[in-house]
Amino acid sequence: MKVVYTDNNATTRVAPEVTEAMMPYFAEYYGNPSSMHSFGGQVAKKIDVARQQVAGILGADPSEIVFTSCGTESDNAAILGILRANPHKRHIVTSRVEHPAVYNLCKYLAQNGYHVTELGVDSQGMLNLNELSDAVREDTAIVSIMYANNETGVIFPIEEIGVIVKQKGSILHTDAVQAVGKIPLNLAMSTIDLLTLSGHKLHAPKGIGALFIRKGTACTPFIIGGHQEKNRRGGTENVPAIVGLGKACELAKAYMSDEQTRVKQARDKLESEILKRAPDARVNGHKINRLPNTTNISFEFVEGEAILLLMNEKGICASSGSACTSGSLEPSHVLRAMGVPFTAVHGSIRLSLSRYNTMEEVDYIIEQIPPIIKRLREISPYGKK
Amino acid sequence: MWDYSEKVKDHFFHPRNVGDIENPDAVGEVGSLACGDALKLMLKVDKSKRIVDAKFKTFGCGSAIASASALTEMVRGKTLDEAAMITDNDIAAYLDGLPEQKMHCSVMGREALEAAIANYKGLTIEKPVDEGIIVCKCFGVTDNKIAHEVREHKLTTIEQVTNFCKAGGGCRSCHPQIQAIIDEVWQKEKEKALVGKGAMPVKKLTNIQKIMMTQETIERVIRPILQADGGDIELIDIDGDRVMVSFRGSCAACSGSKVTLKSTVEAKLRELVADSLIVEEVTA
Repeated sequence: MKVVYTDNNATTRVAPEVTEAMMPYFAEYYGNPSSMHSFGGQVAKKIDVARQQVAGILGADPSEIVFTSCGTESDNAAILGILRANPHKRHIVTSRVEHPAVYNLCKYLAQNGYHVTELGVDSQGMLNLNELSDAVREDTAIVSIMYANNETGVIFPIEEIGVIVKQKGSILHTDAVQAVGKIPLNLAMSTIDLLTLSGHKLHAPKGIGALFIRKGTACTPFIIGGHQEKNRRGGTENVPAIVGLGKACELAKAYMSDEQTRVKQARDKLESEILKRAPDARVNGHKINRLPNTTNISFEFVEGEAILLLMNEKGICASSGSACTSGSLEPSHVLRAMGVPFTAVHGSIRLSLSRYNTMEEVDYIIEQIPPIIKRLREISPYGKK
Repeated sequence: MWDYSEKVKDHFFHPRNVGDIENPDAVGEVGSLACGDALKLMLKVDKSKRIVDAKFKTFGCGSAIASASALTEMVRGKTLDEAAMITDNDIAAYLDGLPEQKMHCSVMGREALEAAIANYKGLTIEKPVDEGIIVCKCFGVTDNKIAHEVREHKLTTIEQVTNFCKAGGGCRSCHPQIQAIIDEVWQKEKEKALVGKGAMPVKKLTNIQKIMMTQETIERVIRPILQADGGDIELIDIDGDRVMVSFRGSCAACSGSKVTLKSTVEAKLRELVADSLIVEEVTA
């Protein structure tokens, strides 16, 4: 059966051009970039190119890019690095809808002597900036707010947040794992101090991430070891993955307008047609301030895992915020923070597209989902009799 | 992706007996929208109290739907008394097992059945035989229910309790209370077992008894074990529950003597004298 992959906020297909760029760096150019000989030295030069490519999509200076192993590492390196560089400041501001890489780290820090302010969101998933302004104090070491939400696609006004954070003399970190490659960024004209990105969300392989650290920002290294990454991150470089990430960023920059046009049109069609054909459904999250590829739809009176299992039978890959799929018993912390009613929170489905999805696939999903919902509602004791 | 058995998948993709029974003789409803799963079980019962028809409606995940489907198949043709013997383990076994984290789906099946049978007998079914105190506020689970699941399924960890009845799966603030319930259940079971074996009920020893029994145990049991390895032990003093000993012979120089102290000396004394004893090594 054909697989229709619409779970691109979870991970993406590695672009064929990326695989091709990486291949020589496994068996052929396997030198250590730190070596003195030119066999290793040529690899170091390739890392420089990748660093320029990553800086290119962000509008940053290559010297501001540190390669890491993943988004979670970048988040940990940013938050812990800033806290360690500012030991007299013990306060952190974050939001209730962060990815676990930030959310659970802040929970851990709150249990270990730090004060954490978690900002709530409204029913559209948006922050109240006055509340944010009130939350930032003299002893706030770092404000960590995601750029775009992985579950709903909601985009926060990060530059406005940055202005507030700067006025209050604190540091802004943003987890932009879902934003990079989907919306244009320009860190040259930005208030962001640190930014996290992850390779496998933009058609590079898993196991590679990067952290942007603005020039002049004091950030204590997270992984201590060799002199790699100018002493900012020890450990021999994951050369093939770095090369792949560079290539993926170059491609993403070229395809940026595609995300805003073709991918967005596909998402909009998918969303509006499903809402039209399946009653008692709603979109979670702000409809305008949103990533072009993501839709999060709740179907009342049915449960998300059951929907996913039936979609899986039809070859459609998606994800759900329901409790049964979260690995815990609690439904999505993001949807709960937004106050999505219980009748809807368990039946939420996230569909996230990429440039590889076609309109035929979109039409197929539009055809398949409404009967699945109808079938489960016939089993459900709730809803219309 | 959950690791569902073929049987679970079959009952999920092709659920048996979905729907409503007109004028049912018994109805059992458990769960809620807020919990994320709910089951309505309807039964038709004949004059000889035999279940002639069973239907269900479920709001829930794949294994919740499969468990309800299996349950209706299992009860059809049984008398109410026979049906009352069905346990959650039976439901899981009928489906060739459920993933650990999904055991609560079979528990929901048993509870709906209990509620339906109580309903037939004209009893109120709001909370089947449970007047305990709510421990897990997120999922509304009482201490009685948690203790029941711990005993029934021989659960020893909080994670297992969560798998079976959801308690502790939300904000986690009730974890210490759940642990206390687990400890209490097994402490009681242990005491019951001792009484059952005709062993001495736990009784407080006098100081003289304690000293004599300790001395006797060291002489008779512990010393021969140590002597077999060329070592020896001497009882120096007893202060309340603190037993002070000194190693002799090869034990005195042995780097493993700390392990021996706990794993042999303390373990034996706790087993044969009093389980509150703490053994310490002193140099004498």
